[in-house]
Amino acid sequence: MAGWGPGVPGPEDVVSSGPWDGVWRVGGGVGGPGNPLWAVRLDPDAGHPAPRPPVVEAGADGSAPGSQGIGTSPVRPDGALKVRGEFAFSSDLWADDMLWGATLRSPHPSATIRSVDVTAALAVPGVYAVLTSADVPGDRYYGLEVADQPVLAVDEVCYRGEPVAVVAADHPETARRAAARIVVDYAVREPVTDPEVALAAGRLVRHVPIRKGDPAAAAEVVVVGEYRVGMQDQAFLGPESGLAVPAEDGGVELYVATQWLHADQRQVAAALGLPAELVRLSLAGVGGAFGAREDLSMQVHACLLALRTGRPVKMVYGREESFVGHVHRHPAVLRYEHGATRDGELVYVRARILLDGGAYTSTTPAVVANAASLGVGPYRVPNVTVDAYGVHTNNPPCGAMRGFGAVQACFGYESQMDRLAEAVGLDPVELRVRNALAEGGTMPTGQVVRGPAPVARLLELVRDRPAPPPVGAELWQLPGGMANTTAPEQVVRGVGYAVGIKNVCFSEGFDDYATARVRLELIGGEPTALVHTAAAEVGQGLVTVQAQIARTELGVERVVVATADTAVGSAGSSSASRQTYMTGGAVRAACRAVRAALITRLAGGRAGATDDGGGRVDEGGPELAGGALRDAAGRVLGTLVDLLAAGPVEETVRWRHRPTRSLDPVTGQGDAHVQYAFAAHRATVDVDPELGLVRVVEIATAQDVGRAINPQAVVGQIQGGTAQGLGLALMEELQVVDGVIRNPSFTDYLIPTVLDVPPMAVDVLELADPDAPYGLRGVGEPPTISATPAIVAAIRAATGVPLARVPVRPEHLTGTG
Amino acid sequence: MDFLQPESWAEALAVRAAYPEALPVAGGTDVMVELNFARRRPPALLDLGRVAELADWGGEDGLLRLGAGVPYRRIVTELAGRVPGLAMAARTVGSPQIRNRGTVGGNLGSASPAGDALPPLLATGALVELASVRGVRRVPVAGFCTGPKRSVLAPDELIAAVLLPAERGPEQFAKIGTRNAMVIAVCSFALALRPADRTVGTGIGSAAPTPVRAVAAEELLAAELPWASRAELPDPLVRRFGELVAAAASPIDDVRGTAAYRRHALGVLAGRAVRRAWTEHRREGGAG
Repeated sequence: MAGWGPGVPGPEDVVSSGPWDGVWRVGGGVGGPGNPLWAVRLDPDAGHPAPRPPVVEAGADGSAPGSQGIGTSPVRPDGALKVRGEFAFSSDLWADDMLWGATLRSPHPSATIRSVDVTAALAVPGVYAVLTSADVPGDRYYGLEVADQPVLAVDEVCYRGEPVAVVAADHPETARRAAARIVVDYAVREPVTDPEVALAAGRLVRHVPIRKGDPAAAAEVVVVGEYRVGMQDQAFLGPESGLAVPAEDGGVELYVATQWLHADQRQVAAALGLPAELVRLSLAGVGGAFGAREDLSMQVHACLLALRTGRPVKMVYGREESFVGHVHRHPAVLRYEHGATRDGELVYVRARILLDGGAYTSTTPAVVANAASLGVGPYRVPNVTVDAYGVHTNNPPCGAMRGFGAVQACFGYESQMDRLAEAVGLDPVELRVRNALAEGGTMPTGQVVRGPAPVARLLELVRDRPAPPPVGAELWQLPGGMANTTAPEQVVRGVGYAVGIKNVCFSEGFDDYATARVRLELIGGEPTALVHTAAAEVGQGLVTVQAQIARTELGVERVVVATADTAVGSAGSSSASRQTYMTGGAVRAACRAVRAALITRLAGGRAGATDDGGGRVDEGGPELAGGALRDAAGRVLGTLVDLLAAGPVEETVRWRHRPTRSLDPVTGQGDAHVQYAFAAHRATVDVDPELGLVRVVEIATAQDVGRAINPQAVVGQIQGGTAQGLGLALMEELQVVDGVIRNPSFTDYLIPTVLDVPPMAVDVLELADPDAPYGLRGVGEPPTISATPAIVAAIRAATGVPLARVPVRPEHLTGTG
Repeated sequence: MDFLQPESWAEALAVRAAYPEALPVAGGTDVMVELNFARRRPPALLDLGRVAELADWGGEDGLLRLGAGVPYRRIVTELAGRVPGLAMAARTVGSPQIRNRGTVGGNLGSASPAGDALPPLLATGALVELASVRGVRRVPVAGFCTGPKRSVLAPDELIAAVLLPAERGPEQFAKIGTRNAMVIAVCSFALALRPADRTVGTGIGSAAPTPVRAVAAEELLAAELPWASRAELPDPLVRRFGELVAAAASPIDDVRGTAAYRRHALGVLAGRAVRRAWTEHRREGGAG
C-alpha cells in the first residue's frame, strides 16, 4: 500500500498525532449524518496489527500515486450520479420494442385453485402473452435452499400476493388491466398464521438445537423473559425490476437488480428448462438490497414472457406489489432464561426461539441456524440449551435481511442482560464486560473464536464517549419533532447499551467461493487493469473496493471494473457481510496471480512465481508498485510498460475462505462459522412518556472492522446499519393480520427520516483477523444488530416501562395498546 | 387520460362544468399517490396549477382570504403571524418538497380526516368558498366534510379559497406521528382562543370519520376560563377540558394507532394546547 505506512503522514485529514490507541473516531455529537467530523490519529507503533488512519478523500487531484489503494476512500463512480438523480437503476432499463410484464397475485393467504381462465385477458388489445404454471417449461418450483416455491402458483396459493399468472402487453397499464381480467376460481382455505399453531401442526422448516455443558445447571440469580420482534422490511427504494431480452441462440439475456447473479442464473435456467449458458445475466443498477434481492422475484417471469413473445420484456413492481414481492425479516418469539452468580457471572442460558418463515422456505434454515448458534450473544456461557425453530405459515415469506437471525436473538439476549444487571445490582456495561467473549473463547457450538474478539473493549469505548448535549429546546430536537407535541420539561432521558455478534460469510460447510478475473494490459501506452467479477454492487461500494485492491496489488492507477455478469464465475451473494472478504479476496488473489505471471515473463518464461493463488502474502518476492515490478529494496526489475509490451496478462482465480463444518443435528456442536464480527452501541434517547413519543438523541457505535479497506464506506455502513436498527426499534413493522399486510406503502411502513436519525459517534477498531484478506472483518451487518436493543434499553431506562417487543409503539409506553 | 389545463379561473370553472368527471389536481401530493397506487383512474385530470387567481392571499371584509392554491410553504413563511394555528399545522405537513407543492385547497378536496390543515380551520371557524359557473357559495369548514374523503363539493364546483376570521388570539396545533417528520397524523388537535369575545374553537384530526370540533370542551373553556383576571389555569379545568376533547373523538384502531391511544393522546394534546395558549394570553396581557 504505497503512500501509507505506519507513522507516515498523509493528507490533511490527519488532525492529531497523539498516542495511537488503535481507534479512529468519527462524529461525537458534533457532526450529524452526512456531515461527519473526522478526527484521526496516526499510529506511532509499527508493531500494531495494521492500523491506518482513514483518508476521507484522496489527494485533491485524485491522482497522487498510491492515493486510491486500500485504506483510502476514493470518490465512488456512482456517487454523484445518484445524488443528482442521474444513475440508471434497473427500473430505468429500456429497449425500443419492449413489452411490459405484469403479475396477477393471489388475494388470499391460502386457497386451492380450481381453475384459471385467461381468455378475457388474452382478448385485451395489446396483450401478447398470458402465462400460468402450465407454461413453465422447466422446473415449476425454485428456491435458494429448497426448491419449494412455485414460479407461478400450482393448484394452490400459500400466501397473499403469490404470483398466479403473468401478462405481457405493449403498455404497463394494459398489462395490469389484462391481468385483472384473468378469472381464478379459488376455494379459500383457513390460513395458518400463528407460528405456534404451525409448529404444533408439524409445519417445521428446521429445528436447530444447541447443547453445551450441563442442561440442568442451576444458578443463584435467574431472570426469565419473553420477547417479540415484528416483521421488518428491507425497504429498499428501487422496486424489483429488470429487462429480459430473447437471444438469437434460443437463450435469454436478463438485466436485473439482484444480489447474486449466479444463484439467479441457476434457478432461472432450471425453470426455463435451458442450460445455464443460455441464460446470461448482467447486473442492472441496484436500488438497495439488504437481503430482499436474494430470492427471485420477476426474473423467471420476465424471461418466460420474453421467450414466449420473442420481444424484450420489462417488469417493474409498484411499491405496494414490492411489499409482497420480496421476503422480509422473520418475526420472532424468543423465550430466555438466564442464570448467573450473585456477582453476575453467567452460569447458563436457556432459550427457545420461534421464527415465522411464512409460506416458503427461502433462507429460513440458515436464519434458524444463526439465531441458534449466535443465540446467547458474545458472552462466555458454560451451559447452554438453545432450541431455534423455523416454521411454515401462510404469512408472507421471510428470508434474508441484514443481520439474518442475529438481529432477533440480540434483542432477546441483550434485553435479558439488562434485566440480569438489575437483578444482581450491576451497571449494564459492567455485567456485559464481566461475561464478554474474548479471543480464544468458546462459542456455544464449541467453536473457538480465532483472532481478536474485543467485546469488552467495544463496550468500554461507547461507554466512555462523552455524553451528548442535554435536552434540546428546539422542536426538531424534541420527541414529536416539528409536530409541536412536546416541550423540554415533558421529556425524560435514558441511556442504554447493547453489543452483538454476527457471523461473516456463508457457514455450515457451504462451499463458499468468489471468482475474479484480472487483466493487465497497456491501453494508450498506460498499464491498465480490468477487474471482472460477478459480485453485485448493491450500493455498498464494492466497485470502489475492487478497484482499490487492484491498485494496491498491481501498483497501477488506472483500473476499470467491468459490469458484473455471468460471463465470469460466481462471486457468491452480496450478503452475510461477505463481499469485501470474498470478492475482495478473489481480486487480491487474481492480482497476485497476474503478478506471478509477470514474474514468469520477466524471467523469460521460467516458472518463478511463488504465489499459490490462495491469496497468501508472498513475502520477500518481487512486488508491483509504481508501475513496475520491484525487488524488496524497491529497485525496478522491469517496468509494466516493458513487461506488457508482449501482450496482456490475464488471470482468473476462484478463491475460498477456510472451510466450515455443519452443526451436529443433536448437539449443535461444530465449527460452523468462518469469522465473527462485533459491534457495540450506546443509545441516548429523550422520551415524552405521557405521549409515548421518542427521539433518539445520539447513538455511539464501536465496531472492530479488522481493516478498513475504504474508511468512508465503513462509516457509511455503520451509520446506515445503525439507522436500520433504529427503524426496527421504533417504527419499522409490516403489520400482518390474518396473513394480509396492512401497511404496504411508505405512507404507513415508516422508516427513519433525517429528523429521526441522530448524530452518530463512531469508533472504529482495526484489529486484524489473521485468516482474512488484509485482516478485514465484514462490516455491513453488525451495526444493525445491537442498535435495536440499545435504543430499547435506553427507553426502558428513561421510562421504567418493561418493553418486550419491537418496534416500540406509543401504545406500549402509554398502556393504550 | 385527458389532461385539462385551464389558464384562468373563469376557464377552470367552465372546464369543470364541461367535464365534471375530471379530477381536480393542485399540488398533486394526494392525487398522484392515488394514481400511482392505481386507487383512482379518472378519465381526466383538471390541473389548477396555472390558475393565478388561486395562488394568492389577501384581506377581504375583515377576513383573510387564502387562495386554494397557496402552498403550505408560503403559509409557513408569509402567514405565521396572521393564522398561527394553520401555520403550525402547515409546518407538520410532509417534507419540504411536499410543502412546496401541497395546498389547503387540495387538503379540503381530499377531505381526509387526517388532513393536517383541517383542525385549525375548524378551530378558527373558517369558511370554504366554492365556485361554479352557477355562482359562488361559502360553507363553514365544519359542514364541508361529510365523511371520509367525502364533502359537499358539487360535481361542477371547485374550491376557490378559505376565509379565516381576522379576530386574533392565541392558537395552537399539535399532531402525533410515529416518527418525527413526514408522517400522517395518528391524531391531531387545534385550539383557538378568542379573548375579545371570550370564545374557544377546537379541531380534532384523524380521530373520527371527519375532522370534528369538541363542542362541549369549547363551551367549558369559554364559560370557565378566567378571561378577565388572566389568572393561572386551574388544573381541574385543564383536566376536564382534556377529557371532553377525548370524548368528542370517535377513533378507530388502524395501522397507525389504536383508538385507546388516540383518545389518550388527544386528552394530553388538549391539555398542553390550552396551557400554552393561556400562557400566551397571559403574557400578552402583562400577567404571569
